[in-house]
Amino acid sequence: MSGFDAYEIGKRQDFGSHTFTAEEIIAFAKKYDPQSFHLDAEAARDSLYGGLCASGWHTTAIWMKKNLEHRDAWTAQLKAEGKVPPVMGPSPGITNLKWLRPVFAGDSVHYFTTITSKRKLRSKPLWGIIEGHTEGINQNGDKVVCFDNAVLESL
Amino acid sequence: MLENKKYAFEDFTPGTVFHLGPYPVSAEEIIAFASEFDPQPMHLDEDAGKQSLLGGLAASGWHTCCMLMRMMIDSFVLDSASQGAPGVDFVQWKKPVLAGDILHGTSTVLSSRPLQSRPGLGLVQMRQELFNQRDELVAASENPFFVLLRDKGVSS
Repeated sequence: MSGFDAYEIGKRQDFGSHTFTAEEIIAFAKKYDPQSFHLDAEAARDSLYGGLCASGWHTTAIWMKKNLEHRDAWTAQLKAEGKVPPVMGPSPGITNLKWLRPVFAGDSVHYFTTITSKRKLRSKPLWGIIEGHTEGINQNGDKVVCFDNAVLESL
Repeated sequence: MLENKKYAFEDFTPGTVFHLGPYPVSAEEIIAFASEFDPQPMHLDEDAGKQSLLGGLAASGWHTCCMLMRMMIDSFVLDSASQGAPGVDFVQWKKPVLAGDILHGTSTVLSSRPLQSRPGLGLVQMRQELFNQRDELVAASENPFFVLLRDKGVSS
């Protein structure tokens, strides 16, 4: 069985959760997204969001981190079962990214990605493409972020 | 302070272009971002990058999104009454962004409308194109963002 076969359409992968501290929200924002509602709790109270909240790009970057953590464990599991784990390649992009609610300092976001399709690529014989739908859900059960993702994987 | 902002909703007329960059992409920054958020070999190590489909030490696509955000911040966002974005319709990673590249690009206003549901607030639709120093398109995106109307607290 090739690694590509290990992907099951419809499987909802649980990537675990991450708690966003005020310190990391501010550190990220200083580098890449220094808008007042990502930097300063007092200024954020007067904004559309009502409190210090993470840059949307911070919430997606953490998804990638959790994705890779999950993948390391999955790769080890496949190896233990005598299967060849797929190698992850580049991604062509993302679509339908929605920041549905603010991620406030202290919030925990639980990430899930459901595999929606897989197909082999005619242009690259050694590679296939896996598509998924990602959701991030906070500690109150509210969806805060979602998007559709795609990535090349070795056959 | 909104009173000091240069751009309000009324300034984002369709066809308006904001210039982005230049943004030099260093190996150190690629590795620092990848170490924290996307620790795949092609984002961490030159040799591993050369052996990958990306052909060199390449920035994480999420890092490219963050660098694009920073270029937009420095071009017009902090000078505007922006209230953030509800999402992004798409991001296309068209070519690898490699260590040593110098990025530049444009943000173009596609359309705009005041929000009926939130008086004083408008929604502006933007398209971003990011190029490397050879003028090859490396990333493109489209997104809406919220911005206050001038007559609701912004003067110029």
